[in-house]
Amino acid sequence: MTALLDVEGLTLDRAGTRVLDIGALAVEAGAVLALIGPNGSGKTTLLKTLASLLAPASGRIRFRGEPLGPRPDGYRRRVTMVFQAPLLFDASVRSNLESGLRLHGLPAPERAARVGEAAARFGVEHLLDRSARNLSGGEAQRTSLARAFALRPEILFLDEPFAALDPPTREALLDDLARILKETRTTTVLATHDQMEALRLADRIAVLRQGRIVQEGPAQEVFNAPADAFVAEFVGMETILAGRVAATAPGEFQVAAGGRLLVAMGGAEPGAEVRLGIRPEHVTLLRPPGDPGSARNHFPGTVTRIVPRGPFFKVELDCGFPLAAYVTAVSLEELGLALGSPVVASFKATAVHVLRT
Amino acid sequence: MELFWEGIRKAFELLRTLDPEVLGITLFTLKVSLLATLASLVLGIGTGTALALGRFPGRRLAISLVNTGMGLPPVVVGLFVTILLWRNGPLGALQLLYTPSAIILAQTVIATPIIAGISVAALQQLPPDLALQILSLGASRTQMLWLLLKEARLPLLAAVMAGFGGVISEVGASLMVGGNLKGSTRVLTTATVMETGKGNFDMAIALSLILLALTFSVNAALTHIQQRERPR
Repeated sequence: MTALLDVEGLTLDRAGTRVLDIGALAVEAGAVLALIGPNGSGKTTLLKTLASLLAPASGRIRFRGEPLGPRPDGYRRRVTMVFQAPLLFDASVRSNLESGLRLHGLPAPERAARVGEAAARFGVEHLLDRSARNLSGGEAQRTSLARAFALRPEILFLDEPFAALDPPTREALLDDLARILKETRTTTVLATHDQMEALRLADRIAVLRQGRIVQEGPAQEVFNAPADAFVAEFVGMETILAGRVAATAPGEFQVAAGGRLLVAMGGAEPGAEVRLGIRPEHVTLLRPPGDPGSARNHFPGTVTRIVPRGPFFKVELDCGFPLAAYVTAVSLEELGLALGSPVVASFKATAVHVLRT
Repeated sequence: MELFWEGIRKAFELLRTLDPEVLGITLFTLKVSLLATLASLVLGIGTGTALALGRFPGRRLAISLVNTGMGLPPVVVGLFVTILLWRNGPLGALQLLYTPSAIILAQTVIATPIIAGISVAALQQLPPDLALQILSLGASRTQMLWLLLKEARLPLLAAVMAGFGGVISEVGASLMVGGNLKGSTRVLTTATVMETGKGNFDMAIALSLILLALTFSVNAALTHIQQRERPR
């Protein structure tokens, strides 16, 4: 099966510096690919290049197997992009939704039908006759998305469309967009620095660092098996440990780190240096002595730091090795956690991920 | 002070009776300045667009030159346009000196940098990604430029005001290249200079009041449109 869009050896330079160096990347029809990475990692540049709004220095972009020419105006009319800022025209919402359709030369009745459909999808019907100037941030971004969807693009490029919105607005729009992408099966490439956003919308995730893709794969795989410490940290794997494989058994092995033995699933070379990653949401905290239940890893420790993280707290422990766990405010209180409190950390062997480097 | 009130009284008399000479000068002034503004609009917005959106070496220098040109002294323009059109000058064969065309030319030279300078600023204050957004909605380059200018329409209106205001009120260039010839190249400002010199204050005041009323009404109309459209 050929990909809808695939690139090979794509590079781009800005002021003598290579800002993009993509070996290979493909987007399957109907799939959502998220480009994640910190600010300045080249997400937006890659997105603009894929949307043929920037010309690459070298490399090849193929759409439905056909390489794009030097002025791919035809391709540009079959895809579209939504930016972080809504970038609406100073006109009514209706006229904004129509703008792309007008540029495509669609007749008025067809335009009206498409505008109605897109407005209904994004819940902006009641705003159609309002001036785009008087919209709230969420309404403006909905209008911008509806304007793009009205074009029925074969590929939709989204550049951090939620970054500037307040949390409730963002949640609502994220829900709607997830549903609409599923319903319309619109092939989408989404740039975001928010891992949760990527996880909610994307089938596959590509992690960018300094213009290069450091890992690409199914969303769950990137989250649970980050290729290296950079990806692990970026996808929220708070605990990263260096250790040595101490013993192996069929289907599992033990790693020595900070004078303790951790159990992980899988195979490993005895004596090998490895790096382990543990997601904070996979760690349970218990009042000592604590009932290990079925969890294979069970370590007493003390609380070294408590950091509020929105709806929950990140609790950092010293268990001989540093370990981070997420707890809710209620659990924090019930466990009576404070700096220096003794506590027992418990996690399953499957929660211990071996990082490749 | 009596001279002043007497002048005002006679001026209103001239206006009330629609003095043919005053009327003729007024209509001629409007025609010349509107044509010059129109020509400057085409040249100025064209230049401004190229400077604001183009990517070529020397662009910054060109923008500085345009900004300097916004304050071009009309007498200097008058001098150079006179030399240009002088009998054995580069364009002398056209025999345009001391004709209405010469005034239009000089006024266009004055207003073009004003309109170009404001156009550059107007286009550069648009969000940088807007051009890309328009392209990604399926626009051609020409459609993109048109939509960008449309988005910048309010500051562009200000450019029109500034351009028209600049040319209708200047006197140096019109006097030098037009010559203030009665019934042919006499405009409100050059006529005012002459009548004042002759001590005909009533005529001079009448002409000045018309000039004030003209600039005021054109600017009021444009301001009205601008305020109505201004974002809240």
